[in-house]
Amino acid sequence: MKGIILQTGVALAILGVLVAMSAGLIWLERRLLGLWQDRYGPNRAGRLGLLQVPADMIKIFTKEDWAPPFADKPVFIAAPAVIMVTVLLSFAVIPFAPGVAVADLNIGLLFFLAMSSLSVYSIVLGGWASKNKYSLLGALRASCQMLSYEVFMGLSLMGVVMLAGSFNLRDIVEAQRDLWFCVPQFAGLIIFLVAGFAESRRLPFDLPEAENELVAGFHVEYSGMKFGMFFVGEYLGIILISALITTLFFGGWLGPVLPPVVWFFVKTFAFICWFVLIRASYYRPRYDQLLSFGWKVMLPLALLNLAITGGVVLAAGR
Amino acid sequence: MDQATLLNELQLTYPGAVAAVQTAGDGIPTLWVEKNHARDVLRYLKYRHEPFKTLFDLTAIDERLRINREGQPASNFSLVYHLLSYDRNEDVRIKVALQGDYPVTDSIVDIWPSANWYEREVYDMFGIRFSGHPNLRRILMPPGWSGHPLRKEHPARATEMGPFQMPEDEAEQADQRLQFKPEEWGLTGTGSDTDYIFLNMGPQHPGTHGPFRIVLALDGEVIVDAIPDIGFHHRGAEKMGERQTWHSYIPYTDRVDYLGGVMNNLPYCLAVEKLAGIDAPDKAKVIRIMMAEFFRISSHLVWYGTFAQDVGAMSPVFYMFSDRERVFSIVEAICGGRMHPSWFRIGGVAHDLPRGWDEPVREFVRYFPARLTEFHKLVMQNRIFKARTQGIGKYTLEDAVEWGATGPGLRACGFAWDFRKNRPYSGYDQFEFDVPTAEHGDCYDRGVVRVEELRQSLRIIEQCVENMPEGPYKADHPLATPPPRDLTMHDIETLIQHFLGVSWGPVIPPGEAMVAIEATKGINGYYLVSDGGTGSYRTRIRTPSFAHLQMIPLMSRGLSVADLIAILGSIDFVMADVDR
Repeated sequence: MKGIILQTGVALAILGVLVAMSAGLIWLERRLLGLWQDRYGPNRAGRLGLLQVPADMIKIFTKEDWAPPFADKPVFIAAPAVIMVTVLLSFAVIPFAPGVAVADLNIGLLFFLAMSSLSVYSIVLGGWASKNKYSLLGALRASCQMLSYEVFMGLSLMGVVMLAGSFNLRDIVEAQRDLWFCVPQFAGLIIFLVAGFAESRRLPFDLPEAENELVAGFHVEYSGMKFGMFFVGEYLGIILISALITTLFFGGWLGPVLPPVVWFFVKTFAFICWFVLIRASYYRPRYDQLLSFGWKVMLPLALLNLAITGGVVLAAGR
Repeated sequence: MDQATLLNELQLTYPGAVAAVQTAGDGIPTLWVEKNHARDVLRYLKYRHEPFKTLFDLTAIDERLRINREGQPASNFSLVYHLLSYDRNEDVRIKVALQGDYPVTDSIVDIWPSANWYEREVYDMFGIRFSGHPNLRRILMPPGWSGHPLRKEHPARATEMGPFQMPEDEAEQADQRLQFKPEEWGLTGTGSDTDYIFLNMGPQHPGTHGPFRIVLALDGEVIVDAIPDIGFHHRGAEKMGERQTWHSYIPYTDRVDYLGGVMNNLPYCLAVEKLAGIDAPDKAKVIRIMMAEFFRISSHLVWYGTFAQDVGAMSPVFYMFSDRERVFSIVEAICGGRMHPSWFRIGGVAHDLPRGWDEPVREFVRYFPARLTEFHKLVMQNRIFKARTQGIGKYTLEDAVEWGATGPGLRACGFAWDFRKNRPYSGYDQFEFDVPTAEHGDCYDRGVVRVEELRQSLRIIEQCVENMPEGPYKADHPLATPPPRDLTMHDIETLIQHFLGVSWGPVIPPGEAMVAIEATKGINGYYLVSDGGTGSYRTRIRTPSFAHLQMIPLMSRGLSVADLIAILGSIDFVMADVDR
């Protein structure tokens, strides 16, 4: 009984931290972009503009909950919830520190891949149910992009799995005690980064919403909290990918002196900032260029990495 | 080739076609051609052994209230065709007299495809119909507008009309009229085995750089056809020219290409000066060149940043805008205004340069090249940027000449034709600068040309600051408006001139003159008709963006939506410049 209460407490704490972080990211991203773009970013509400987050929350929660009359209502409303649910569920398998995780699944990595595949439904359904041509184009781009990039996302992680000999994320972290996987799996890391960006639909892979072309793409008809869910879903996605990079390639909670959970968050935070930096510095490729890059460059590279890793593991006779 | 030679040639080829010759104030050979011969003569001029390949401008004049028309054939409405030959650097102006209240004449769209929009504009503004035009409908005014604004009987102010009302049913009708009907444009909506999507892009869209609508027929994301729809930014700048005095019209010109600032004043002031016979003093000329080049830099910086943004980069636009601020702070120190200083005057500029003006200019000349190098790395050398823009939105030099593309859009096809070099105005012949070109005529090359133009403009500015002449900043001429300040304080004649110029406006002698300059976006020209009054009888503004937007379908067919956005960015237009 006591164990269940403790477990529930941990889960709720993780949920709270994640939602708070994704809200804080609104502020962080805008401040960081401001820093890199020779401007201030939000600096009016409160000290350093920190009250921007509550102000945005109040605004978005009190906006009229409106759905366009021509939309397919039930799907239109369900779509933003799907992304939140799938991304939050993915966090269940992430070990923040020894013993601090919602679920210690022995197929943790597969669970994450399954959830990230599901999240594309949110985009496609949202775009489809909006009955808007821009949304439709955005949704089509999203489905194509995410299906293509998922293929080698999974493949890029198999090298890590081979080295660790487990799909369990806790075991993967433990396997990095001597050497972080970013060294032996450098190619895997690069491929996962690219796929991770594509999964989180951030520049340079923001084609589904490409504001210059499709205005806001799949969520052009969304407003208020329904839009907010897409928004927070995107930020949660960034945190998720950053947390996974940390876990899979940079030794998770491992690190000297500081407590494990601090190490985990420091590393994750660095990758979140890096996500923002990439957004500030990249161009957006065209749809067909993106797909041909995925299929013609990244997929062969992922397969090659897999073959070489497999060969080495076999030769080492582990 | 002079007027007499051309007259002889045309009289031999088409006896009886030329009705009269006219001496225009700008020295361009001007021939009046009989209406039924106009098409033949124009076609002949386009294909003769020394052809005039470009239809530079096509407009009309409502002649019904004009008094001073000595030697010109009787006419209610005159069509004005301005043809240009780049190779020989020659112009010819063909005028056609039309009779009747709502005349009909033959279209020349089959001779010059670019005449399409120009004829629609003439129809929209004057009610002149062109038989044989494929789709003669309003272009600048809303589809339900009654009347043709540039006719003399059409009111120029809202106060001359009844109170404006838009009841609900009428608003609904206006909405209905904006509904896109593919069949009106000869589109069927189906391909061999697919149905197309019609995507309405704009007039409110982040990628269209202003209120510009473009309807796309899409096969998936591939553009089958594009129908540009303009007019949302129309403010009647040409009509206002007939209402304002010669002097008080200057601020309106600033807002035609609103990124060009005083660059717009230049062709207008030069045209008025040509009519009035004023020659601006050297110092005024150099100041004008310096300020115009500052505005070229400022306008190109906006293009640089927004082009990068159109291709998806978030940050460059902020760097470019912060440097544009530096340009503006110099402009502000010298002119007082920033975006629209309206600082040029008939006969010179508004004020002398302030004390210490040269220090910030020198500082900028020192500072800017390093930034340009940085921008070049940031934008032009980026691989994704190159992949998005190279080979996209291509047109050939022949297309550019045929469709009237000017400025960087022409030079990107490998043709070094720059008004500043080929027809130096305002003393550009005294400056050393190169005319950058590129070879492929695609989005990237249009960028290459502009980026190099930034450096050349800086070079010109540097020469201005090193060689600023001494002397007056305004011509000592009775029609210079307002007259030089120190003279008005000591000389009763000049004081009276000043008084008249301010209360009525200067009286410019009758005549016609066209002055075109190499503006930020291409060739910007003012064709002014004076009837000996205090204001212009007809002000025609030939803007580069109008011609460029007409080329969008040509440039974008077969490409994707994302490419279209890159193309729009590479054209560098502002809607105010298109719609006037």
